Amino acid sequence: MFYREAGQFKSSYAADSQIFPIRQDRIGFGLIIAFAFLGVPLLAALGIVSNYTFTAILTPFLIFSLAALGLNILTGYAGQLSLGTAAFMAVGAFGAYNFMLRIDGMPILLAFILGGLCAAAVGIVFGLPSLRIRGFYLAASTLATQFFVVWFVTKVGWFTNYSTSGVISAQKIRMFGYTFNSSMSKYLFVLGVVSVLTLLAKNMVRTNIGRSWMAIRDMDMAAEVIGFRPMRTKLMAFAVSSFYCGVAGALFAYAYLGTVEPEGFNLDLSFRILFMVIIGGAGSILGSFLGSAFIVLLPIFLNIFLLFLETSLHLELPSGISSSIELMVFGGLIIFFLIVEPHGLARLWQIGKEKLRLWPFPH
Amino acid sequence: MKFIKQALVVTALAAAACSAYAQEQFIPAIDYRVGPYAAGGSGFFGGAIDYMTLVNEKGGINGVKLVWEECESEYNPTRGVECYERLKKKNGGAALVEPLSTGIAYGILDRVAQDKIPMTTLGYGRSDAADGRVFPYVFPLITSYWDQAAAMIKYLGDKAGGLDKLKGKKIVHLYHDSAFGKEPLPVLDAYAQKLGFELIKIPVAHPGNEQQAQWLQIRQAKPDYVILWGWGVMNATALKSAQRNGYPREKILGVWWAGSEEDVIPAGEAAKGYTTMTFNTPGNYPVLDEIRKKVYAAGKGNLEDKSRIGSVYHMRGVTAAILWTEAIRKAQEKYGKGKVMTGEQVRWGFENLNVDDARLKALGAFGMMPPVKTSCLDHEGSGAAKVQQWDGVKWKAVTPNWITGDKAMIRKMVEESAAKYAVEKKITPRDCSKEG
Repeated sequence: MFYREAGQFKSSYAADSQIFPIRQDRIGFGLIIAFAFLGVPLLAALGIVSNYTFTAILTPFLIFSLAALGLNILTGYAGQLSLGTAAFMAVGAFGAYNFMLRIDGMPILLAFILGGLCAAAVGIVFGLPSLRIRGFYLAASTLATQFFVVWFVTKVGWFTNYSTSGVISAQKIRMFGYTFNSSMSKYLFVLGVVSVLTLLAKNMVRTNIGRSWMAIRDMDMAAEVIGFRPMRTKLMAFAVSSFYCGVAGALFAYAYLGTVEPEGFNLDLSFRILFMVIIGGAGSILGSFLGSAFIVLLPIFLNIFLLFLETSLHLELPSGISSSIELMVFGGLIIFFLIVEPHGLARLWQIGKEKLRLWPFPH
Repeated sequence: MKFIKQALVVTALAAAACSAYAQEQFIPAIDYRVGPYAAGGSGFFGGAIDYMTLVNEKGGINGVKLVWEECESEYNPTRGVECYERLKKKNGGAALVEPLSTGIAYGILDRVAQDKIPMTTLGYGRSDAADGRVFPYVFPLITSYWDQAAAMIKYLGDKAGGLDKLKGKKIVHLYHDSAFGKEPLPVLDAYAQKLGFELIKIPVAHPGNEQQAQWLQIRQAKPDYVILWGWGVMNATALKSAQRNGYPREKILGVWWAGSEEDVIPAGEAAKGYTTMTFNTPGNYPVLDEIRKKVYAAGKGNLEDKSRIGSVYHMRGVTAAILWTEAIRKAQEKYGKGKVMTGEQVRWGFENLNVDDARLKALGAFGMMPPVKTSCLDHEGSGAAKVQQWDGVKWKAVTPNWITGDKAMIRKMVEESAAKYAVEKKITPRDCSKEG
């Protein structure tokens, strides 16, 4: 009834190819963005949203969304399975740290971009095997990235400024004389970076570059025949994906943790980001955000919810039981969603949209 | 957005459900009871909670009861930071925090100073945090990695008949190839130069369940001692590989993360005779009996398996809780007995701890841990450790006394490293002569 595009005519090519062709979508998305940028800080100022929400929920959610988006470009759009996401994040984080440390007066955003470019360079090098191998074999070779980068950063003291424990402590985020100290400002900073990069990604996947990725993904032989050069396309996907992961890693270090050890970027993190892509929906920008929400936020809510149940029902559970239940429920939900919709949460949203169009008068 | 709304509702309800009562001191327990490190997490936090229950049974700290809330971190920094943020302001605010995880400790290192909540890192974390001028809110109590490495060399020297006898000897440092395993390298290198022994560094890649190549290398080198700076499955594998290669376990000296029941039992016979560092003397103590009698007999114990009472991790948890409660007690002496302390006040308590032998006797923990005396300059408080040996059934202390390495040398390194950190982070170190 409300979600109907009847009467919305597109009279120009630009109108036809806009990101949200349906007016309701535009309005809805505009509202979400406005809420994220203005509504949330306003609620915080009124004391409705606490600091905890920014530092523990929203900021990591956005950062992991960006990392998942990076991997989604590579795995979802270009079809190259990668297990090295955390390594690219590490390159971004340690790269940005060194640019900030070694060059006086380095603007933070430039350091992030340079860190991302370092990650892109590493991505290109480790993407080379993708020209000859595919699928699980490629996953195994990207696994090498994961171990190599973490080992290399620990091994060469220069990267960590010869810190004995191999740990780096991120500098403060300063821009135009303003220091991003409070959790709110850090949230807005992350939100800004993530928004710009997401817009960029969305446009990238809709243009020639994105189409070439999808062509390679669907059948590389055919793509080659119709004129896409596999080497350039694949390496481009590795570069762009690693750049995104690198910036996400820098944000992880600067806007979230503050102090990071190379071990923090371990295989476990790579897997978590891969799960975000699988659960959220491979080959979907929205899916990256949904997947990140699922993997990052759901365990937290389960934990809070179980705790709430325990206290409100006065259950005297033995310690450790609620942790185990949480893990089981989380695992069960993953299986449930994958059975219900193997194409991820993004696809679920799409189906919902189709249904909504017909509601309340289905054929 | 839906998730956030849910979160708000749930947290609001949760907050309403357990609003703070007067005279309750809140301690968040950011623990981990599932996942690969569950054995350590459940033992340590089980011990800490058991001791806090015992304190409550005996009337609290001058009438102030301790309350705590567990939060599962899965040893994952992201979850740990979330737990910290969730619990830091609850029930009137956290008095202190102890994550028992290097990753989480680093994740909240900057936050604790901002939130004014002291953090203890018993036996792990940044060694240079012992310099309280640069790290006012971090307390690597009892012994840091660096002091432990120094104590190791002291012990090996004593075993050889004096530190000078180490000249020309070969010591292998078999380590987990990570920040954790590399942490003691500067100390060991400094000692190698000073005492003239040969230090052979052999890294083992995580997780370390295959060490044939490394032990072949050790067999060729024929070292006098092997320092095992291991973690998790790597420890049991090292012991088994040592047995296979005929290297005597008595000559292997483990770091304390390699020295719990969980590390040696999987190795079976191969672990017999193996020695490790520890900051607790294994054995039974009145405080443990009291926990059995007053906590477990009343059905309030935290461990599911009662036989784990007094195990290495459990005892470490009890030790941590003793130091926490002593710090709160000390803070109450200054800021008002029977009052709930703020994080800032507890910080003062941690900085002025004086848990001497007499106090330990009164607590029923004499000999269980070294005496701890902290100050503004020294947030570590002791630096002593012991060596324990696995006899196939249980741990036994080998050194009757607490051993410490070259404290002056370590202190110099701590100060240098902390000063470097202060410059990097633009921190102005406190002037300790002005602290009361």
